[in-house]
Amino acid sequence: MKRTISILVENHPGVLSRISGLFSRRSFNIESLAVGVTDDSTMSRITIVVDGSDYTVEQVEKQLNKLIDVIKLKTLEPDEIISRELMLVKVAAGADHRGDIINIAKVMDAKICDITRTTMTIEVSETTEKLDNMLEILRPYGIREVVRTGTIATQKGSDIITAKK
Amino acid sequence: MKAAQAMIKCLELEGVKDLFGYPGAAICPFYDALARSNIRHILVRQEQNAAHAASGYARATGKPAVCVATSGPGATNLITGIATAYADSIPMVAITGQVVSDLLGRDVFQEADITGAVEPFIKHSYLIKNASDIPRVFKEAFYIAGTGRPGPVLIDVPMDIQNEEIEFSYPETVSIRGYKPSVKGHPLQIKRVVSAVKEAKKPVICAGGGLFATDAREELARLAERCHIPVITTMMGIGAIPSAHPLHYGMLGTHGRRVANTAVNESDLLILIGARVGDRAVTTPGVLQKRTKIIHIDIDPAEIGKNMDAQIPLVGDAKIILRQILDAVGEDCDPHSEWLAALDALRDKEPVQSEREDGGINPKLFLKKLSAAADEDCIVVADVGQNQIWTANYFQVKKGRLLTTGGMGTMGYSVGAAEGVKTAKPDTQVIAVCGDGSFQMQMMELGTICQNRIPVKIIVMKNNRLGMVRELQKNLYKGNYSGVDLDGSPDFVKLAEAYGIASKRISRAQEEPDAIQELLACEGPFLLECVVSPEETTL
Repeated sequence: MKRTISILVENHPGVLSRISGLFSRRSFNIESLAVGVTDDSTMSRITIVVDGSDYTVEQVEKQLNKLIDVIKLKTLEPDEIISRELMLVKVAAGADHRGDIINIAKVMDAKICDITRTTMTIEVSETTEKLDNMLEILRPYGIREVVRTGTIATQKGSDIITAKK
Repeated sequence: MKAAQAMIKCLELEGVKDLFGYPGAAICPFYDALARSNIRHILVRQEQNAAHAASGYARATGKPAVCVATSGPGATNLITGIATAYADSIPMVAITGQVVSDLLGRDVFQEADITGAVEPFIKHSYLIKNASDIPRVFKEAFYIAGTGRPGPVLIDVPMDIQNEEIEFSYPETVSIRGYKPSVKGHPLQIKRVVSAVKEAKKPVICAGGGLFATDAREELARLAERCHIPVITTMMGIGAIPSAHPLHYGMLGTHGRRVANTAVNESDLLILIGARVGDRAVTTPGVLQKRTKIIHIDIDPAEIGKNMDAQIPLVGDAKIILRQILDAVGEDCDPHSEWLAALDALRDKEPVQSEREDGGINPKLFLKKLSAAADEDCIVVADVGQNQIWTANYFQVKKGRLLTTGGMGTMGYSVGAAEGVKTAKPDTQVIAVCGDGSFQMQMMELGTICQNRIPVKIIVMKNNRLGMVRELQKNLYKGNYSGVDLDGSPDFVKLAEAYGIASKRISRAQEEPDAIQELLACEGPFLLECVVSPEETTL
């Protein structure tokens, strides 16, 4: 089962390698990983999607908590999160297909951010499942390149994950 | 103040009196300042032994001990010692020199990414980029190493940083927002533990190495005696209760006592304290967790549920938690008479050891005799291999300790660790027990012992084989012995003589009493070689 873990860490060099190293040596699989600084420049937030049993997720949490650089973490339940992933996809698009692709982009709330004689580059921010879906729809036209950020997520409602408590 | 001098000042403020190390170019500024301080430096003969010595020192004092090495190969030689300390949860601060900051990452002479290399088996590490961070980093390093579940911390200091000038002010407190170990047990869980203890008909306590972190030996004995609960130990837990205590039933596990394993298997309540359910101790956790109720007490929440499920998890410091339980459990406990009588009967049926008639020392009987003659508070350090199991099962710990690496199982641990113990406790009898395989991994330390006048006693069980591997090959590989002969070994008695160390070789039981007397009475270091048959079994 896929789970999203949101981790607040010290914004130091080497922290990411400590976390990714922990995953590899304990045989935990990372589905995706995204890192960015928070409003407090001393802290970064790492969002990791793991695939594993309840046992694995519990072990991931406990082992991550042992790292001195990990300040706070929370595993977000699938039905309580807002998650997004950003994707840039370059599709083969000659003159005869441009109209189709523009329509698909409209339906998916995506943006055409570049266009050439033979390709179009589409930018879309959605859940992982919707991005997968979009790729399937675009596949018949010829996908040239896909760039994805990995999932970021926050809790629904007013709850937040902070360094305090 | 020069940063190197500040490093020394930090160590002094942490109460460091001795450290073990090996200098090199990148750590020279530190050594320059060290020579002007009152801290005693003990020059080992290979860096790994500096880490093992620090491990022994830390286990003797209960506080983080220090080892030092230079960059590159000096630092990488520390790795096995650091990994050993990590597996055994020993508080240690390792300081390494590093190439100058501007050259980091360019693969210059004696450069190794040591913080990267030790990452999988270290509690925390620092690569200092600003000299002004030194006081804070040292303060944090000692705090992290010595609190919570103890472990090693490494501080890597580039040479140019050591030479900078800084304003020195040592922080009084530590505040690390990602590190707040909880020490006190949750009151609700304590209640659940107490009622489980009261209900149990066949309870057993399994004591691990965690009991020594804050020395909960007294509390353990009090709980066992008050509630009439038999105590077994893991290898790291040996000595948590005196070997001869009526409620002590030996070590469990693949190399443990039958009575201890039976106690666990037949129990209706297993109370694990500071033990991580390693595979050598509990081979079938899956079966056990279905059969018996389990209380798991550990300061590291990640250990609870890792290898075995626990019905009652309890996170905190063993000493504090045991006191909480003692306060809540009251005086009226079931005497568990039948249960204890059954275990007593089993304990009495343990196979009797006899002297060998074909020559050679019976190491099991020898270790029994040694412990009978040794001081009450003697500290024995067992190496790894058959010698470790013989010592674990037959050396009777009274008020002293039995130290060994139960987690990592590092051959070549004992002499270095014994050096550390003896340096910390010069008035205590310290004996290292090793095999001829493990001794040859560390015999360069005879030089350290002589140079620094560290009178440890060394017993080498010589069977000219890597005995434990040989036994494994005999039993599991149809006697296809591969790479286990130690032909080419030197005459250890003469080797000791070459260092000016008193020594003796014995091969018959009749020689044992005099040899033990001589070993223990000798003022300086002593090496006793015991000739053991290659056929001698581990158990």
